[in-house]
Amino acid sequence: MEFLRFATAGSVDDGKSTLIGRLLYDTKSIFQDQMESIEKTSVQMGNDYTNLALLTDGLRAEREQGITIDVAYRYFATPKRKFIIADTPGHIQYTRNMVTGASTADVALVLVDARHGVVEQSRRHAFLASLLRIPHLVVCVNKMDLIDYDEKAFNEVKEEFRNFAMKLEIPDLTFIPVSALHGDNVVERSSNMPWYEGSPLLHHLEEVHIASDRNHIDARFPVQYVIRPQSDEHHDYRGYAGTVAGGVFKPGDEVMVLPSGFTSTVASIDSYDGPVAEAFGPMAVTIRLTDDIDISRGDMICRPNNQPVSSQDIQAMVCWMSENADLTPRMKLALKHTTRSSRVMITDLHYRIDVNTLHREENPSSLQLNEIGRISLRSTQPLFFDEYRRNRNTGSFILIDEATNATVAAGIIVGSGT
Amino acid sequence: MSITTYELNHLDQLEAEAIHIFREVAAEFERPCLMFSGGKDSIVMLHLAAKAFWPARLPFPVMHVDTGHNFPEVLEFRDKRVEELEARLVVASVQKSIDDGKVVEETGPRASRNRLQTTTLLDAIEEHRFDALFGGARRDEEKARAKERVYSFRDDFGQWDPKNQRPELWNLYNGRIRIGEHIRVFPISNWTELDIWQYIERENVEIPQVYFAHDRQVFSRDGMWLADSEFVTRTEDEKVVTRRVRYRTVGDMSCTGAVESEAATLEQIIEEVSATRITERGATRADDRVSEAAMEDRKKEGYF
Ligand SMILES: Nc1nc2c(ncn2[C@@H]2O[C@H](COP(=O)(O)OP(=O)(O)O)[C@@H](O)[C@H]2O)c(=O)[nH]1
Ligand SMILES: [Mg+2]
Repeated sequence: MEFLRFATAGSVDDGKSTLIGRLLYDTKSIFQDQMESIEKTSVQMGNDYTNLALLTDGLRAEREQGITIDVAYRYFATPKRKFIIADTPGHIQYTRNMVTGASTADVALVLVDARHGVVEQSRRHAFLASLLRIPHLVVCVNKMDLIDYDEKAFNEVKEEFRNFAMKLEIPDLTFIPVSALHGDNVVERSSNMPWYEGSPLLHHLEEVHIASDRNHIDARFPVQYVIRPQSDEHHDYRGYAGTVAGGVFKPGDEVMVLPSGFTSTVASIDSYDGPVAEAFGPMAVTIRLTDDIDISRGDMICRPNNQPVSSQDIQAMVCWMSENADLTPRMKLALKHTTRSSRVMITDLHYRIDVNTLHREENPSSLQLNEIGRISLRSTQPLFFDEYRRNRNTGSFILIDEATNATVAAGIIVGSGT
Repeated sequence: MSITTYELNHLDQLEAEAIHIFREVAAEFERPCLMFSGGKDSIVMLHLAAKAFWPARLPFPVMHVDTGHNFPEVLEFRDKRVEELEARLVVASVQKSIDDGKVVEETGPRASRNRLQTTTLLDAIEEHRFDALFGGARRDEEKARAKERVYSFRDDFGQWDPKNQRPELWNLYNGRIRIGEHIRVFPISNWTELDIWQYIERENVEIPQVYFAHDRQVFSRDGMWLADSEFVTRTEDEKVVTRRVRYRTVGDMSCTGAVESEAATLEQIIEEVSATRITERGATRADDRVSEAAMEDRKKEGYF
């Protein structure tokens, strides 16, 4: 069976956690002891209903405050698919946790409270989803029960969101009117909204086509670990272990290794279970080459006629996530890109994005916590990358504050140069 | 696996993710170590680690935090597996922590060494200067675990701070720490109990016999069947009976419950797990019943 990873998004209290709870409940994915436990807690907290949000709001502080602070991962399966859910927080101060959950998602569910329409956090999260290039975005217009399941109100929200989304790159956009609390259009089609002709949410998640979202064209293999058994039996064995980051590798392929530029041929692709005929993402394999060349962690194996960009000067969008320091030009940071670590300097801060209007504020002096902007950086060593839009694996990086070791930015490569 | 469409089935995807994590840690840390209890999750972990570095041996030792309350067949199994893999075994003993006066044994019928383990573990980390510990925790097990990162940063005291976790983006893990700090790493975070069983079946992974239905002398406590053993003190009402049971998790004998079952083969276990309505820990772990946030509290103290 195939996996689908999806993440919730949207403002606080728009019903993200309740929707996940409802999805789990109506697919009978909740165990009896979990249900008893949240029923008990709901009574203690004086809720009218069994609070399904408690299924993901599992931390003490979250329950005390009735909010989601960090991503919760939940799992369920239907006969069609297996799902990994990341239920993310809506508060602006926890944006980095939302980005954590969304970075690996195939689908983003953006919740909008039908009464309030599209608010700043809905825009911020939709923008982040498009920046992260989550290929499929589903806007769940929630709390339809509170507006008498009114079609007109649904259409207004839809219109409002569409107007905003026009300025974003969202390859696949769907709208579903739901009531997370009562389950309308979550798993079952709602009889309260006969005017809605689309599928309920679960059906959509089961059917959305994700197989073509991965890059199987540009062969990329960042060397992660060199396997050299210190044993007599495998005395001369030298294999390059890693996870395929793009394209397909086969024995006999002519390959090039960066940064050295040496070419060689794939002798074999090895695994514990025997030789592999074809390796593609995200398989974790070990490649052996016919020539004995010097290769180490951080090197990139690719094809001579299809190489990634190799450059020390990179242009990127970043989401800044540090509460201690702002991002400013000339700042020095550590960077991790594929299996390569480097030090970088921010050479330029071109603009900051206003998430409400998507307007670019040119030449700001800094980026603060949760702000998104366009930067140039210079790396002490060349990086081997593709544009993020072409390959999520070779187009993403993180920045780390060398003083605190905190992860302070998510980076999305737009190109090379200054 | 269908080669033409380049899709991986769910077990292959989970396996690839775990192998990636094992290699990443081995590449970036100086002194990693794999926690091994002899339970099914840690057996799967060992199997995945063996795959990650094949044909080389594991580039790190294996550590068992031994509460002294072990199922004998599990200990036997541990030693056999470690020998097969030519791995190095470190045993951190709770009994020794008690003997050294570092912790005090609980008393009474509900005495458990569960909490004491944390001290033994943290002392061992310090003694061996481990900087990364692989654990077999899964996010589907418990609501605090559902919140934890794959790389779980721990301070000098081994503490987890759930309100201040590092962002974790894509598969780019930040393994930077200062001396004295370490990380706990959970390569099988995204596996469910059912995935584990399906994988054990697919890979023909050997597991201890206690996982299969067998007759055992048990008594009922808090709605669970606990094994009658030298490690528990029964009250007068707690009468010993023989039941056909199997274990869903294997931990400290004094607080791990068995479930009634006829499942004697992997196929039957998978069928049972697919149909079960009670979570693994809910059915079998007395340690989680202490309070609503028992797991979170223990993690904050340095527990896995
Ligand atoms: N009436 C109504 N209330 C809802 C609905 N969905 C969520 N809520 C309520 O909205 C509040 C916030 O929900 P929660 O799921 O915690 O929102 P989150 O912050 O987006 O995760 C809770 O009190 C829910 O019971 C809905 O469809 N209808
Ligand atoms: Mg929430």
